Parts: sequence; C-alpha cells; structure tokens
Amino acid sequence: MDKNGYFGNWGGAFIPEVLHQTFEDLKREYIKARQDPAFWQEYLSLMSTYSCRPTPLTHAENLTRHFGGAQIYIKREDLNHTGAHKANNVIGQGLLVKRMGKKRVIAETGAGQHGMATATMAARFGFECTIYMGEVDVQRQRPNVFWMEKMGATVVPVKDGSRTLKDAINEAFRDWVTNIDDTHYVFGTACGPAPFPEMVSWFQSIIGQEAAGQIQARHGGMPARIYACVGGGSNAMGIFGRFLQEPGVELVGVEAGGKGIASGMHAVRLGGTDASPGVAQGYKTMFLQNEDGQMLETHSVAAGLDYVGVSPILADHWEKGRVRFESATDDEVMEALDLTMKMEGIIPALESSHAFVQAFKEAPGLSPSEAIIINMSGRGDKDIFTIAHAFQDPSWKAFIIQKGLEYSK
Amino acid sequence: MNLEQELKERLQKKDILLMTHIVLGYPSFEVNREVVRQMVDNGVDCIEMQLPFSEPMADGPVILKANQDSLANGTKIADCLAFGAEMAAIHAIPFLFMTYYNIIFKYGESAFFAQAKEAGIKGLIVPDLPPEQGESFFRLADEQQIAPILIFAPTSTDARMRELDGFGRGFIYCVARRGVTGKKSEFGADFSDYLGRCRAATAKPIAVGFGIQDRDDIRVLIGKADMAVIGSQTIRLVDSKGAAAVGPFIAGLREASAKPQSC
Ligand SMILES: Cc1ncc(COP(=O)(O)O)c(C=O)c1O
Repeated sequence: MDKNGYFGNWGGAFIPEVLHQTFEDLKREYIKARQDPAFWQEYLSLMSTYSCRPTPLTHAENLTRHFGGAQIYIKREDLNHTGAHKANNVIGQGLLVKRMGKKRVIAETGAGQHGMATATMAARFGFECTIYMGEVDVQRQRPNVFWMEKMGATVVPVKDGSRTLKDAINEAFRDWVTNIDDTHYVFGTACGPAPFPEMVSWFQSIIGQEAAGQIQARHGGMPARIYACVGGGSNAMGIFGRFLQEPGVELVGVEAGGKGIASGMHAVRLGGTDASPGVAQGYKTMFLQNEDGQMLETHSVAAGLDYVGVSPILADHWEKGRVRFESATDDEVMEALDLTMKMEGIIPALESSHAFVQAFKEAPGLSPSEAIIINMSGRGDKDIFTIAHAFQDPSWKAFIIQKGLEYSK
Repeated sequence: MNLEQELKERLQKKDILLMTHIVLGYPSFEVNREVVRQMVDNGVDCIEMQLPFSEPMADGPVILKANQDSLANGTKIADCLAFGAEMAAIHAIPFLFMTYYNIIFKYGESAFFAQAKEAGIKGLIVPDLPPEQGESFFRLADEQQIAPILIFAPTSTDARMRELDGFGRGFIYCVARRGVTGKKSEFGADFSDYLGRCRAATAKPIAVGFGIQDRDDIRVLIGKADMAVIGSQTIRLVDSKGAAAVGPFIAGLREASAKPQSC
C-alpha cells in the first residue's frame, strides 16, 4: 500500500472530511500493532483458545477419487468460531478497538457471518454493537439475525437501494460519521477506504500461513492451485496472501455468476466484462455500474458475494495477472454443495460452494501427484432456508408450515 | 469575477448570504425549474445542484431518497449538465454542482470540467474527495477556474483546516456537526468555538450547512458565518406543500438576514 492507500491503480481513501481524523488515528494504531510482535501473539493466543485455530486442512479423499485428478484439500474455516473466516478479521479489529479505547462497534453484513462474528466479539469484549444488514439479506439469512440479537446486538434492516450489502455499508458509514467519537466501524471485508483492505487482509492472512505449513506437511510441497470465493475478497486475500510469493501456485478467485453472466444477474466484477473502474464506498476498484456511474443491481444466491465492488488488492492482482478470476452460477453452486455433503459429510456455505464449483471443474485435468486447496470460507448452516428451498425439500416444507400454524394460533 | 469575489461583493449588501440545495431530477426537472425560480426571486445568493448518485454516503434520509427517486425517474448526468447550463444562463446568481466523485470520475474528469465550465458553473462540492486523493481534479479546477469547495468538519484539527484551505477556492463549507445531512443541529458554545476555529483557518467566506431549518437558525449564524446553507428543509417543503411554498419560505428566512433599514 502506498502513502495514499493505493495498490497499483486501485484503492485510496475517498472519505468525507468528518472521518479524516478518525482514519489518521486508525492508521496509526494499525501500524503500531503491525510493528508490535506482542500484538500478533495476543491475537494468535485468542484465536487458539476462543476459536479453533489452526483450523484443519482436510484431505477430501472421496471427492479426489470421484474426480480422478488432483488431490483435493479443504481448508476448514467453517470450524473457526462463529462458522466462517470472518472471525479472524473481527477478533483482530476487536483488539485494536480495545487499544483505541472505543466502546461501541458497528458493522455491515451480507451473509450475516460478519455480523455474527462482530456481535460475538462485542459480547466477549463488552462493546455495544449495531449491525446494518440489507432487508433482502435479513430475509435470506434469518438464523444469523436471530443469533446476533441473542448476543445483544441491534440489527438494523436497511431498506434503501438494492437492500443488500452495499446499502448496509452506506448505512454503517452514516452511523459512523454521526458517532465517530466512541465508535469503530468493523469493516467486514478487504474493501473500503485504506487502511481497511490491507488491515483486513493482514488479519485474514492467518489462513494462508497455516495452510502453507499444513500442505507442506501433508502433501510434501506447494499446491498447484488454490480456490477461493470472492465477495469483497477477504477470505481469498487470506488464503492467497502467503502464496503470492510462490510463483508455482496458481491462485483462482471465484465470483458469483448468479443466473449466468449473459443474464446480467450476477456479481462478476473481475472475471467478466460488465464492470468498469469507479470510486464508491470509499475506494477505487472495478464496480458493476452503468455508463453514468450509478451502481447496478447484483444477484447471487449467496448474500455474501452479492456485491458491486471488490477488494482493490485483488483488482491489482487481477490487472497484473497474478490471480485468475472465474465465476460459478447459482445452479452449479447447488450441485457442488449437494455433492460435497453426500461425499464428504461437509456442508459448505453457499459463498464457499462457489470455490468448490471451480475446483471440481479443474481437478480432473490435473494429475494425482498435484494438490489443490479449496478455501471453505464458512459452513452452510446459516443457509438452511435457502438450500431447503432450492432443493424443494418436502419434509422441511411440511415442518415450516406446521411451525407457522403453531405460531399463528 | 470569481466565486469568492462574487460572494464577497454580495456580502457588502447583506449580513448573511443564503445558499440552497436541490437534487436534480427530483421530483422532476420541471419542479426543479420552478423551485430555482422561486429561490432566486426571493433572494437566494447561491444554489448547489446535486447530481444524483446511487450511493450518497454523506446524505441523510431526505436527500438519500431524493437521489434514489431521481434515478428511478431515469435522470441522466447529461440531463443534469444541460439543466445546470440552462439555470446559469437565465439566473444571475452563482450555481454550483454538488455530487459524489464517481459521477465525475466516470464521466471523465477533463470532460466534466469542460462541460461544467461551458455551462457556467462556478464551483464543485464533492464530499467524498479529500484533496490528497484528487491531484488531477484540483489541477483541472485551477485550469478551468471552477472553484473546488472544501469542507471543514468539527473533527478537523486546526492544522488540517489550514491544509484544506490551501486547496479550496470560493468559500469554505463548514458542516455544523458530525453526521449526515438532514437532522437539526444544536448551536451551543462548542459550535461557536468551532466556527471561531474555522474563521481563523481561512480568509475565504465561510458557509455553514447541515440541519439549518428556519429563521432562528439563521439568526444565530449572523456575525459568525457568511452564508447559511438550507438543504433537506426545502426538499421536505416541496414534498409536503409543493414548489409554490418555496418562495414564501425563503422570503421568511431573508427577513432575518436583511441588514436593518435604519442604519
Ligand atoms: C462464508 C462466507 N464466505 C465468503 C464471504 C464473502 O466475503 P469475502 O469475499 O470477504 O471473503 C462471506 C461474506 O459474508 C461469507 O459469509
């Protein structure tokens, strides 16, 4: 990151003046933490006692046999506390908030996993907590809303714009400019104004650091390819980070193909041709926008990937050809999810399932002496309603109808 | 005459100037036209015309909704530029464009400045473009002699204010409080201290905006600020009572701010 927060042509900090001083303070605190080995030690210790780090690297033997190509390994961020990689970032920022002496945290959330992690951290550290969530996402990720509220957070459904992740981010910024003195905005992904993209990637880099040691131990060398789904880009940056310096490792980001790129109903920013350079939500990246610079509606079955922008760091790696971008459609995602559940007894989140789709497409073309890693960014429990609906599961339907009747009495 | 000179000249005759805000294409260009006419006829000194953006991060509910409705009506940036040119041609007050940086970036900075210049626009307010991120923007502003209006906030340090002042032209826009547009502001002792700090950091006229709603608010500002900015309030008024209510509302504000006749 350069002094203006850029990664190549992307990034920056396009913030209203009222936030200027807060960002100066945050940058200072972040740099101090990075230079202080005790900070990372405290972080690691918390992540290994409050969460389950290091998370396992699972050899998916059945899937490997099924596809008959590369050895398929799965990095199990689903086994992180709160069920996704999101906690890596949140606990890190929580420690910074303690250092800064702020008493209240706010966050946006799409899939609800970042909101969940933030609510959890706030409960543990004793902060007040407000979560902004698009109204559409409140509906599709209802279980997470329930748990956030149970942990004492206030969940505010955002009714503006497309009522998804970007609108939740706008609303969180509006809260922040109003309550800057005592509030920290726990940004949930590797986007937004500097220093967030780099800071979030730093906390998430724990994924790749662990995975490098684990694959070395299990496979005896570096993997041929690594797959990660890309919403804002934090789990991808997390697992890619350590491997950027390994020229032999191909890094593949998988975006939400929604109903197919041709349909226009997708969230493909880097793997297609619909996005163009823009500046919004505090940073410069490739945005899905019209010719006037108005953001477009996006679509994905996965709330966490349903976003108009993408990490400026990934945009830089995309432009320089270091990371390849692909996309997976909603239908492909359901198929991959189904297969993974049946063959491995593992339930990936809808977001994570995008990475599985691309890995499954490419595994047969690689040799059994090669290894690939899929970053399973989270578990699918939160998606129970969406998945049950997609499979038109009859017994689940009957159950919901029964419950509905019971509650409406 | 540049914007700063023009405002200073107007200040010779008035104890405080009035700047108003409209969102282009909301509820329609037709209504915008009538609202501007009423504003100008009743003594408004400067009008900021907001080019709608789908992600107006610094705006509160009233202006946010106006942005969204305008876009839903199909407002295009080209229409806004044409409307700006039309207003500047028929009314003898300075007009500014206010928008978010993406609108200008996507249009192309050079092309946007050229269009704005041709339209007779005197200044630009871009709340999400801090000077350190806008090298080419500020260069073009200088070349085209369109004033980039910079913003002071209560959280800005004295040093930061002086730094911003170095980049700003025309006047300084002081936001009255933390937060987004729309909510009422309190003008207590802290506020006076803040305006004192603003005044000390710049020789340009200072405008105060965010939450200014009525004659009493403006009376408080006389002697402390050079220009009062009415934003969300006129949008609310047009929503509830129609464009015809704007003239009397503005005239009512002016009563507070005309220099006393007797001296
Ligand atoms: C399980 C899971 N994976 C991935 C994402 C996408 O975010 P990112 O691209 O920042 O990893 C989310 C976001 O909510 C998520 O919950």
